[in-house]
Amino acid sequence: MSDHEHDHDHEHGHGRLENALGKARRAVEHLTHPTEHGFSSLDADAVFELGHDIADTKAPQVEIGERWDARKFNAKLVNPANRRKLSVIIVGTGLAGASAAATLGEAGYNVTTFCYQDSPRRAHSIAAQGGINAAKNYRNDGDSVYRLFYDTVKGGDFRSRESNVYRLAQTSVQIIDQCVAQGVPFAREYGGLLDNRSFGGVQVSRTFYARGQTGQQLLIGAYQALERQIAAKTVTMHTRHEMLELIVVDGKARGVVVRDMVSGEIETHFADAVVLASGGYGNVFFLSTNAMGCNVTATWRAHRKGAYFANPCYTQIHPTCIPVSGDYQSKLTLMSESLRNDGRIWVPLSGEDKRDPREIPEAERDYYLERIYPAFGNLVPRDIASRAAKNVCDEGRGVGPGGLGVYLDFADAIQRLGRKAVEAKYGNLFDMYAQITGENPYETPMRIYPAVHYTMGGLWVDYDLSSNIPGLYVTGEANFSDHGANRLGASALMQGLADGYFVLPNTINDYLSAGPFPKVDATHPAAVEAVEAVHSRIDKLLSIRGTRTVDSFHRELGHIMWDYCGMERTEEGLRKAISRIRELKTEFWSDVNVLGTNEELNQALERAGRVADFFELGELMCIDALVRRESCGGHFRAESQTEDGEALRHDDEFAYVSAWEFGGEDGKPVLHKEPLVYEYVEMKQRSYK
Amino acid sequence: MNITVRVWRQPHADAEGQMVSYEVPDVSEHMSFLEMLDVLNERLTMEGDDPIAFDHDCREGICGSCGVVINGVAHGPQQTTTCQLHMRSFADGAVIDIEPWRAEAFPVIKDLIVDRSAFDRIIQAGGFISAPTGTAPDAHAAPIPKNQADHAFDAATCIGCGACVAACPNGSAMLFTAAKITHLGMLPQGQPERDSRALGMVGQQDEEGFGGCTNIGECTAVCPKGIPLETISRLNRDLLGAMLHGSR
Repeated sequence: MSDHEHDHDHEHGHGRLENALGKARRAVEHLTHPTEHGFSSLDADAVFELGHDIADTKAPQVEIGERWDARKFNAKLVNPANRRKLSVIIVGTGLAGASAAATLGEAGYNVTTFCYQDSPRRAHSIAAQGGINAAKNYRNDGDSVYRLFYDTVKGGDFRSRESNVYRLAQTSVQIIDQCVAQGVPFAREYGGLLDNRSFGGVQVSRTFYARGQTGQQLLIGAYQALERQIAAKTVTMHTRHEMLELIVVDGKARGVVVRDMVSGEIETHFADAVVLASGGYGNVFFLSTNAMGCNVTATWRAHRKGAYFANPCYTQIHPTCIPVSGDYQSKLTLMSESLRNDGRIWVPLSGEDKRDPREIPEAERDYYLERIYPAFGNLVPRDIASRAAKNVCDEGRGVGPGGLGVYLDFADAIQRLGRKAVEAKYGNLFDMYAQITGENPYETPMRIYPAVHYTMGGLWVDYDLSSNIPGLYVTGEANFSDHGANRLGASALMQGLADGYFVLPNTINDYLSAGPFPKVDATHPAAVEAVEAVHSRIDKLLSIRGTRTVDSFHRELGHIMWDYCGMERTEEGLRKAISRIRELKTEFWSDVNVLGTNEELNQALERAGRVADFFELGELMCIDALVRRESCGGHFRAESQTEDGEALRHDDEFAYVSAWEFGGEDGKPVLHKEPLVYEYVEMKQRSYK
Repeated sequence: MNITVRVWRQPHADAEGQMVSYEVPDVSEHMSFLEMLDVLNERLTMEGDDPIAFDHDCREGICGSCGVVINGVAHGPQQTTTCQLHMRSFADGAVIDIEPWRAEAFPVIKDLIVDRSAFDRIIQAGGFISAPTGTAPDAHAAPIPKNQADHAFDAATCIGCGACVAACPNGSAMLFTAAKITHLGMLPQGQPERDSRALGMVGQQDEEGFGGCTNIGECTAVCPKGIPLETISRLNRDLLGAMLHGSR
């Protein structure tokens, strides 16, 4: 089956450029008159203020295929002897941080890295299962850099920046080469060449994988490269350290305040540039597939110091997770999307049908994805699969405890391929499912339900991955740059490694070439103020001694976010969420109970600081979702849908990146819009039917 | 179900530790072991008692952060990570002893948390392939027979949790080190540094205070990833080879 849109989309190119620019100009004009659209007017003054438009100024104005080479050429270089005099701090050592640290260390810079875990090998990149995309076209199935670019822009529902996405697709091929050279044991065929599989939202096989543990293998590769540089003394690693404040001196990011999580000591570290590679913020929902420690604190603290936070409402709800089993639940476990290659998703036709799934005859099953989206079937993008699951459950046809689940059935695949082949492909996932649920998925269909998984939003960056604070760079999931309103499967690993191995090391030099900057130490007023802010916050948290635990607040915040800022959002719900979050935040700061002292390993104190930041982020997410009165990608506004219930974008009004400026402690956030211009892909409603 | 846990409590590295008993009522069999500890910690907090410190992060069995000795067995009765152990593995009324990894090279930091940074230093001593970013040839330049690639993968699944060390009467890290040596040594890209890798990693292992291997096999019995004992033979062969080649 073919994607019927493709014929049109391939008429991209030069001739269309002027036309597109004209359209973009008109779009910008339109943005200045937002109330013209047919929505009821938004009571903007109540929750936010509108600031000036912003733009990326770093991508060279040449053909899209030439931009990255042009940027690498016109970025200023630092000669090898001078690199020794320059220093870079990197916060977070997952794929995006470890790969950047290793590469900058190899280049000869002085790198200092921090992670909250006891080893960089534990970063949550390790949990990615399915694979990593690359436009190698090893399958000879019509793949190309342009197609990966096109799929990513379309999959992101036309809310990402073309320049960045094109570069991501270009870089993807180098990543695979680099990883193989490092010893990453990708899956291979009997001929000894690399195997590929297909993933949701695309029709080619471009996903490289290492059984169901691709993230682990890629992270270990980056970790080993990092450890090699630690041994070579180009990188100094601080494990069990958490960044609690950014130090900005004369408008430039110059350092961080960190807490040694074992001794409690508050330390300052300084450098010529700071890189945040601290991951996503899905844990604002309490229950998510993120690791327990994943948090927004590093990027949120930078936001409070002036860095714009872009598209916070774009969160990805992953369709194939193990359903919630009880109130004590601490996290949700993802089952790789690759399962949708061979598993078929269904619910009983009738909500009354409570039979054992194996006893329900074919005619009384509804394979709803295959029915509604015949072209892509079970391989529709994540946002579409998730919402379809929500819809059938809302209709009362969900299965399992609480009716919050759908079947993912491998009976056909086992019959077609044999149990052995299914075991070889998915064995570890099946084992994991059996371990957690106590059910055998070879015999009875799995039950799955969507869960928060990834956050497309993050700190705003330009083409160089620089935030709006000079000297502050942001890589990987922590930035907003490449996935628009929805990320395609197997693209997170690609972006993390592209940023860390290939992009940042070729852009940060442009900034560092003006260094080394004047020495700063802990006596500088900006550093003193940052350290004092950290101390007073910790003292406050430890002095409340209220009646509720940190987790009880976090859980309640998570419920609010899931109910009102989850798979479906409405104006009414978001307004309710904003006021409830504000109330809960006030209660937190007067009634939370954090025992112990700062001068010890204190896990409750660590969590309290993170949850405090999640309150502020959660509110901004709801404001962002409220302002974006359209549906796009993972952001579905009930007020904006087509007649058959599909997401309806409003490109005339909302084709922009929302970059939020911190509005002060009790002030309103300020919205800066970066208009999105599509010169190479024509904007259209996505269709996977 | 109702259970009793007896937990190693030690406020900090230099303090004396002791086992402390706690009753945990109303435990659901669907809870994970760590969720049972979460519930207990919520209660301890409300009672003004210091909650029990333990390492954990992904809770999916892949990051390697968690790991405690349960009733004398590293990661407990199932051959899996502590986070993937569920309370259905225990009987109503059970008394469960929970202790940190015990090994000279893994000093206790607090309660159930130990310092495993020695593992990172073993990797620093050679557990890598030197391939600076940007130098790589095309990924298909060197085909690798599938069985060889699979073998490398099997060893590469090690999550560095440290259960092998905790289970070993000698406190040896041989299974961990051997897994890395096998992973990289099975691949053509890993050949140039094969000798220096074996010498470096084994040397560092000794320096960190890990014990020697006497082929007991407790390590592989508790390994959540089922790394086989034969990887250690491979390490010994590489080490012997390196010594014969006279590197270093």
